[in-house]
Amino acid sequence: MSFDDWLRTDRLPHIWCSGCSNGTILNCTLAAVDAEGWDPDRTVFVSGIGCSSRAPGYIATDSLHTTHGRALAFATGVKLADPSLNVVVFTGDGDLAAIGGNHFIHACRRNIDLTVVCMNNLIYGMTGGQGSPTTPLGALSTTSPYGSSEPAFDLVALAVAAGANHVARWTAYHVREVQKAIQTGLRTPGLSFIEVRAGCPTNYGRKNRLREVTDMAEHFRTRSMVKAKFDRLVAEGRPIPPDTIVVGEFVRRALPAMGVAP
Amino acid sequence: MTKLEFMQGNTASAEGAIAAGCRFFGGYPITPSTEVAEAMARRMPKIGGVFVQMEDEIASIAAVIGASWTGKKAMTATSGPGFSLMMENIGFAVMTETPLVIVNVQRGGPSTGQPTMSAQGDMLQCRFGSHGDMAIIALSPDSVQEMYDLTVKAFNLAERFRCPAFLMADEIIGHMRERIELPDHVEIVDRRPLEPGRLPFEAGADGVPGFPTFGTGHRVHVTGLTHDERGYPAATDPAAHERLVRRLVDKVENARHEIADYRVTNPEAEVVFVCYGSPARAVQQVVSDHPGEGLGILRLRVVWPFPEHALAEFPNARLFIVPEQNLGQVAREVERHVRVPVISVPRLGGELHTPDELVRAVEEARSA
Repeated sequence: MSFDDWLRTDRLPHIWCSGCSNGTILNCTLAAVDAEGWDPDRTVFVSGIGCSSRAPGYIATDSLHTTHGRALAFATGVKLADPSLNVVVFTGDGDLAAIGGNHFIHACRRNIDLTVVCMNNLIYGMTGGQGSPTTPLGALSTTSPYGSSEPAFDLVALAVAAGANHVARWTAYHVREVQKAIQTGLRTPGLSFIEVRAGCPTNYGRKNRLREVTDMAEHFRTRSMVKAKFDRLVAEGRPIPPDTIVVGEFVRRALPAMGVAP
Repeated sequence: MTKLEFMQGNTASAEGAIAAGCRFFGGYPITPSTEVAEAMARRMPKIGGVFVQMEDEIASIAAVIGASWTGKKAMTATSGPGFSLMMENIGFAVMTETPLVIVNVQRGGPSTGQPTMSAQGDMLQCRFGSHGDMAIIALSPDSVQEMYDLTVKAFNLAERFRCPAFLMADEIIGHMRERIELPDHVEIVDRRPLEPGRLPFEAGADGVPGFPTFGTGHRVHVTGLTHDERGYPAATDPAAHERLVRRLVDKVENARHEIADYRVTNPEAEVVFVCYGSPARAVQQVVSDHPGEGLGILRLRVVWPFPEHALAEFPNARLFIVPEQNLGQVAREVERHVRVPVISVPRLGGELHTPDELVRAVEEARSA
């Protein structure tokens, strides 16, 4: 099948704004499940609330669009109750790192056999551009009109520390790498966490000098640094620009996991 | 052949759940309900079920909802503070028509209140606690036997009507140990699968759609947003919203005669106790100690949907007396349905009403 077959075409067009990266990340995810030969009848997409969480509504499988922050807890129930189902979770920075932070660390600790794709656009998009736990220090939002005064969360470091078996970060600019990382996640028993930096020109870019879609793509292209290079620069004690997005695979391991199909 | 046992109420509830077919339990420890989770932790792995201790009660109810969509009968157990945390996802279960059972072994509130003492303060919370208009089913056991029997019944009603069913126990019944007869067969109702050719949220005359279990090819979209019969979001369509919410409420409220479960003692009585849960035991004592004094009992085993027709079982009633371990939550409901005085006899603090206290309440009401 082609990945178009994974879409609920009667639900298109989607609600995402022009220039939003969520469609790109949805494409990468569907290309990944298709390439892995997953059976749509045995696949469930789960999400919480926010722009990211509308994604399952556009996918022609069983899908569970739940309450804000709780997608991982719902997905844990689905996967433990029937480990033979393939379960993918879509979430965002507000959904996962703020209201759902507790479920995030415990899903990683349990290492439930889920693939979690976080569309991290550094902002609450659905409600119109409020600061989130990943909004960079100093960035403008409607609730940080003088610049965010809060340090931001490193979701990848959190997932690694909490015990997930596979953790990666890319940006929506890196479509091949995103698809590949998700495929690795689908194959890895245990929890796989893929953070994808997502562009939100409408609610983040407009306030932070990334108004144009191309500005956002250029930002991702020029600020990204692969983990190997980042590690080398750190080891050599060389300076690293403060807005660097470290991308790549951060961990792949085989810690004990739950909900793995026998 | 039934088997006689001496058992704690909370354990009996777990055994009833297993007999009803429950194969998924997600929970979080909280007094005075913890023994339900402990019993499930022991039993589930031995019968091919799943026990998971979640990180909080929000996650517990979420996992139970997720499990139910795979077709498993699923349950959680909690008490006041945990019950409060569950409210948002209870509304999600109502909106998505997810069958599940929630055992609430009630303790004194508000807030942390009295963890080890009995109360019935959550009777309105289970009915109205989540936001929006909705209907649910709530049962109330007055013995260890009923912790078992009514847990079975809660599962059957949840499956039949595709909504959360609550076993609204209290600490006294949950922690009581008494004789119980364990039947080797119980009546079991399974959810009706989605009929071919029907939309996933398209209901028949009873308002209850067939269930499109995950993984069986229905490719259903389940959302807490207002949705149409396809399950697709229709959150800005006023007609779709009204149609959905009215159906969710009507499928339960219109079936209240079918769901009703109550016990009538002395239907010719002039003074009638309306009771549920542990206060029913004190009421029973008063009525058997005072034969021939025109005292009757309406004991509700199902409290919600409220069976107002049951009040008409007492055509001579001049007075209803409602002893509760709260400040009159169900008394208020009784008042809505009768034209004679309704006396609320609240008991706060965690102890049972004494028979003397109830006798005094009758005397005061009669002389008033």
